[in-house]
Amino acid sequence: MAFKSVFEIVNGVAKITLSGELDAAVAPAFRIDIEKAAAAKVKAVALVMKDLEYMASAGLRALVFAKQKMGTQVEIYMIGLQETVMETITMTGFQNSVTFLDEYEAARIEGA
Amino acid sequence: MDRIDTYPTHIFKEYNLRPGRPYPFGATPVPGGINFSVFSRNADYCVLVLFKQGESKPFAEIPFRGMFTRPMSGEPFWGDFRIGNVFSMVVFNLNYEEIEYGFRMGAPFHKVERGKPGFHRFDANQILLDPYARSIGGRDVWGKTPDWDNIFPHRGRIVFDDFDWESDRPLEIPTENLTIYEMHVRGFTRHPDSETKHRGTFAGLRDKIPYLKQLGVNCIELMPIYEFDEFEGSHKHPETGEMLVNYWGYSTVGFFSPKAGYAATGKTKDGTMVADELRTLVKDLHQNGIEVMLDVVFNHTAEGNEYGPTISFRGIDNITYYMLTPEGYYFNFSGTGNTLNCNNPVVRGMVLDCLRYWASEFHIDGFRFDLAAILGRDESGAPMLNPPLLEALAHDPVLAKCKLIAEAWDAGGLYQVGSFPAFGRWAEWNGKYRDTLRRWIKGDGGLVSDLALRLQGSPDLYITRGPTASINFITCHDGFTLMDMVSYDNKHNEDNGENNNDGANDNNSWNSGWEGRTDDPEINNLRFRQIKNAFALLMVSQGVPMMLMGDEFGQTQNGNNNMYCHDSELSWLDWSLLKKNPDLFRFFKNCIAFRQAHPVFHNRWHLRGQDYVGSGYPDISWHGERAWNADWSESSRLLAFMLDGKHAKGGTAEDNSIYALTNTHWEAHSVELPGLPDGKKWHVFANTGVTSPQDTWEPGSEPVLSDQQNIFVGPRSVVILVSRAV
Repeated sequence: MAFKSVFEIVNGVAKITLSGELDAAVAPAFRIDIEKAAAAKVKAVALVMKDLEYMASAGLRALVFAKQKMGTQVEIYMIGLQETVMETITMTGFQNSVTFLDEYEAARIEGA
Repeated sequence: MDRIDTYPTHIFKEYNLRPGRPYPFGATPVPGGINFSVFSRNADYCVLVLFKQGESKPFAEIPFRGMFTRPMSGEPFWGDFRIGNVFSMVVFNLNYEEIEYGFRMGAPFHKVERGKPGFHRFDANQILLDPYARSIGGRDVWGKTPDWDNIFPHRGRIVFDDFDWESDRPLEIPTENLTIYEMHVRGFTRHPDSETKHRGTFAGLRDKIPYLKQLGVNCIELMPIYEFDEFEGSHKHPETGEMLVNYWGYSTVGFFSPKAGYAATGKTKDGTMVADELRTLVKDLHQNGIEVMLDVVFNHTAEGNEYGPTISFRGIDNITYYMLTPEGYYFNFSGTGNTLNCNNPVVRGMVLDCLRYWASEFHIDGFRFDLAAILGRDESGAPMLNPPLLEALAHDPVLAKCKLIAEAWDAGGLYQVGSFPAFGRWAEWNGKYRDTLRRWIKGDGGLVSDLALRLQGSPDLYITRGPTASINFITCHDGFTLMDMVSYDNKHNEDNGENNNDGANDNNSWNSGWEGRTDDPEINNLRFRQIKNAFALLMVSQGVPMMLMGDEFGQTQNGNNNMYCHDSELSWLDWSLLKKNPDLFRFFKNCIAFRQAHPVFHNRWHLRGQDYVGSGYPDISWHGERAWNADWSESSRLLAFMLDGKHAKGGTAEDNSIYALTNTHWEAHSVELPGLPDGKKWHVFANTGVTSPQDTWEPGSEPVLSDQQNIFVGPRSVVILVSRAV
């Protein structure tokens, strides 16, 4: 499945819905959405990843980029990760920097 | 302002190119492309060969010298991407996650046939691995049978070095404070009882960090993790049918690449992800106060002798990378077929670049150099007085805080324990410590004077270098485990398929009364006591202790002292033994904590046997059955020493005094204790002669000794006392 990134701002939260395979070829498109979120000075970033099937190191770097770009004040949520993507994130050490959720919990995320 | 060199100046077929930068060597992502750079002094022809990941045939071959066209006009012209002896060019618009690369090299020398001697082994038909490849594909999942017809089995991959280290940096724990734990990455968690998710990988090791913390070690030394080929020399045991492989990995394919098969992410074939898995491990270990040392093998490569495979170095510049005889054969000081020409300036540069890379990009805290005596040989193999490589490593600015440890001998007969060219930096695996301690533990006589030297940090060997030059060990990967050292008189290497001819014969071991496993409780009790004796002495010795993984819960290899070829439950750490032998683990844990708690064990400079702080006691004093009267005779098997707490770290630290007594006699003895100043009494930290849990105490909770004048020490036992105010 081709990579797709859908960006929206919901109640001050940047909600980015990712699907397909996030690799080096498409990572720049994702980074553009992160830039948009940073420019919008959102209070949180929610990455909805239920349909994200695979993440290469370039995708992971985009996540690191998101964390660094947003700063420590902005919470990053990862929502509905598939097991393989979760494993990738865990094995490469990114799991300590974000909050994982099974579903988009509006009250928790938007109330942050 | 953006760079202006991000556009192509040359076109070859559909590939946009421009002259590259010679430094750094290897494949480096640059804006818009990848910079490829490779050295060869004797090649006059070099081609970059590009593959899509996993494909059998290359999709592009781009020459570093030849006819190109200009981007706008299409005008043909001669181009030469070479400065000095370095071929370098930038190729734009490559998907770095997808490609694998290598080189073809050619030169006007006649081809040398396999098995024949020769100085140049160029073969333009051969695709060669980049010596600086940061990631190497081909053995991505450990043990997965490779495609033997692959024309390019070990392929370079691209790695991004922008890992998010946050605030992590090497820990720089003072050498004298280290307790080193030697381990094999795969063997540590591969066993089904390891209770880790990703068994046998960096990620699996990361799951065990809480265990390492609980044990108390503050440095792990990883047996080789540079990319190697587990299938090198692999074969089936003729009788057992077991597939024997290159399990240890002392045979490097690429010095800059982590072994992909050690990464749970190896299966992704994503070099950056593999590197990040290792970096995450290092980062987490650092967060838990544990340093990471690498066992590095620069003495030889996986290319073997004249009959070996051409993988990289020999096809790129044989005469530069290898020590050759005047006839063109490979010198074999490593015992494995070839010898890397480490004191050639180019190879020296590669070794330096490599270690700098690991120190800076992986935050590695130190290196242990396999067969390091080779690194001091000149190009003809002769030992040098001031080997430039060793000097350069000692003075390198990036490596300035890294620990440098030599295995100070080689397979060519050069034995430099105590005389390794240290340049004020190098420590050594102290083989003499190992031999003396083993012989003492088994009960040999005539050793008491030698033992005293080893317990003091071997001042006879390192008088100007201090005890931190001495890496004290009794067991390591090479030889018996501690349990086997007390269970076998002789090696039992039949499973290696070499008729028990491999492995060392001088093990200085004693089976405690029966060869191998037994149900005899008396023998088993003695074995556990002997293990405790050995470890207790290791922990109270001046110098830097190193232990072997699994010794803390009685790991056995069934008497095999050369496990290099076994990837099986014979070599994997058996975690069920932790549940079986909790008392042994507890003993080790307490001993490590005791050592850490007491600065008297962490002296940077040798003890003098004098009182230079006015405490009324010398920094170290020696005792026997009578206090202040050690028996130095040939028949003596009992020795005690007292470390005065006021002399800790040369008198700069305050500590308790410690009294350690070792009796290897088969009979018990009553021993007079040295008196303590008023207000202090001896407390018992350890007594291996009594059963658990009274054999050791948590530091700080030691009970006071009821009789402060004399102590009864059991046969083959160690007693350790600590002075405390009462």
